[in-house]
Amino acid sequence: MTPQDQVVDIDALEKEFQERIDAEKKIEPKDWMPEAYRRTLIRQISQHAHSEVVGQLPEGNWITRAPSLRRKAILLAKVQDEAGHGLYLYSAAETLGSSREQMIDDLHAGKAKYSSIFNYPTLSWADVPAIGWLVDGAAIVNQVALCRTSYGPYSRAMIRVCKEESFHARQGFEGMLALARGNEAQKKMCQDAINRYWWPALMMFGPSDAESPNSAQSMKWKIKRFSNDELRQKFVDQTVPQIEYLGMEVPDPDCKWNEERGHYDIGEMPWEEFFAVIKGHGPCNHERLQARQKAHDEGNWVREAALAYQKKQADKKQSVA
Amino acid sequence: MVDQYLPLWEVFVRSKRGMDHKHCGSVHAADAEQALQYARDVYTRRSEGNSIWVVEATHIVASQPDDQEAFFEPADDKVYRHATFYDVPADVKHM
Amino acid sequence: MSDLTQQEALFTYTLRLADNALILGHRLSEWCGHGPFLEEDIGVINTALDLLGRCRMLYSYAGEVEGKGRDEDDLAFHRDEREFTNYLLMEQPKGDFAYTTIRQFYADVWNLHFYTELCNSKDETLAAIARKVVKECRYHFRHNAEWVKRLGDGTEESHQRMNDAIAEASRFVNEMFEMDEVDQVMVDAGVGVDLNVVKEKWIASVDQVFADATLQRPEPEYDRSGGRKGLHTEQLGFLLAEMQYVQRCHPGLQW
Repeated sequence: MTPQDQVVDIDALEKEFQERIDAEKKIEPKDWMPEAYRRTLIRQISQHAHSEVVGQLPEGNWITRAPSLRRKAILLAKVQDEAGHGLYLYSAAETLGSSREQMIDDLHAGKAKYSSIFNYPTLSWADVPAIGWLVDGAAIVNQVALCRTSYGPYSRAMIRVCKEESFHARQGFEGMLALARGNEAQKKMCQDAINRYWWPALMMFGPSDAESPNSAQSMKWKIKRFSNDELRQKFVDQTVPQIEYLGMEVPDPDCKWNEERGHYDIGEMPWEEFFAVIKGHGPCNHERLQARQKAHDEGNWVREAALAYQKKQADKKQSVA
Repeated sequence: MVDQYLPLWEVFVRSKRGMDHKHCGSVHAADAEQALQYARDVYTRRSEGNSIWVVEATHIVASQPDDQEAFFEPADDKVYRHATFYDVPADVKHM
Repeated sequence: MSDLTQQEALFTYTLRLADNALILGHRLSEWCGHGPFLEEDIGVINTALDLLGRCRMLYSYAGEVEGKGRDEDDLAFHRDEREFTNYLLMEQPKGDFAYTTIRQFYADVWNLHFYTELCNSKDETLAAIARKVVKECRYHFRHNAEWVKRLGDGTEESHQRMNDAIAEASRFVNEMFEMDEVDQVMVDAGVGVDLNVVKEKWIASVDQVFADATLQRPEPEYDRSGGRKGLHTEQLGFLLAEMQYVQRCHPGLQW
């Protein structure tokens, strides 16, 4: 085959691939796919997986300090779910030929990103329900959209995650409501958590469409189904009334209902902060990565022992047979 | 320090008696017993199942997308294998 | 004849079981997000959730038996160190994964045999709780026995770490089988469990798993005890300070 023929071949394959996507047929692991599609997915899914795993840490801080046994059980189950979701996502990424070790190495080396929201500290109990409600709430908006993503294993993982996460935002709101109906100290805690988590939650949807270079291609491949700004708007529209229900304030003086658009307008996002956190200069970037690296390193002898034991047992079986 | 990683196992869960085991994801584990336990810990936290199979991923033999035409298309023209192929008068019962 | 009324004994008896479950579960929950790998992170938390659920049932029942209107949170968050009655082993820091495994294994074996016996309690509530709990215990035992074998008979390093953990835990073991007046009143009433029976079975189970794991159970040089009298190690105070602080800062509120 001449190089020329190969080019033609790839064009044909790409055409067939795009037709399949346009026909809303899922792409499955062993199907031919453009390398860029594979890379984009590995990047996005592993980033998503890392976010779940690193996302255990800020709320996990409060497991030992939860103010009631009921809240403790809910929190423990919730943070455990995040680990589970990380695992489902790593599994999905592994079907693309990436290994979990590679992905974890990339995370620890700072080569892979995770959601910046988890680089903010949890400073009071109110941060726990605030994260459940705002952060998981924002994540769900994103993830519901991803249930229809074109790559089969990613879509299936998202469906499972969404099913499980439905309780996360609800328990968060319930926790905020308890604070909002509580005494002055609790109300103050509640508002303070909203103040600190509002903008970072909005920034979870990524840069504005104008500044999002990969978006167009991802939309064409139906990896993404809605733009960053569309999803952000959806989240704002559903959350502002909830903040009002709590009797709390939206920490944005420009946030107003726009009758003409049928949406809430919001003020200028603090993008400078957003990019600083992405670069690794957020309040907890250092601590989060350090904690993950430490857990991984300290787990090494454990994994090594489990493998050594397996080998010994297999050898024993062999020698008996 | 050499980084140690555990092999991959595919997990199949039966949601209730009378149903098939269905693929639901994977776990990493050093051996079969551990894989079984982790499959339980990860995939049945919400009472999703009452029976689990695990199999090491490298042991699965799968058809390839290239096999598509040769494997599956020959079945497409055997319409007479389907009940809807046959016209039976509406007043004939229990068909 | 004991001065202790049956009601007082039942309250204390139930409270002790609850305290053990809470404190052990607390230590285990410290692994959340920090496990040696993701699957085990999730597995550990399943066990911690079981323990937490167990302590809630037991605290609620203890409060009911006491009849002073204390609920699970009053009992968990508004008692001081001297009022906590868990065994000393439960409150020790989580240590490395070998220590966590050994401590958990010792507790699992104790729980398995204890709650199996408690299923026959004449107290219907305790028997019902035991029947639920014993199912969890069987899984915990299976999971951790497997870890004991893997770490004991894994690598040189893991074997050494397990021996260190066993040595570290050994002085707290015999406390788990001491019988005092409360136990006696409960055993006589057909409510409680004879810990001598539990001890015999505990030793047999541990030794059996240890044999597979190429480990040995040492006789401790000396025994530490006192947890049930509220005479704890210094570790418990820090644990409670952390666990109780929100409730103590803002008493009497809904969360």
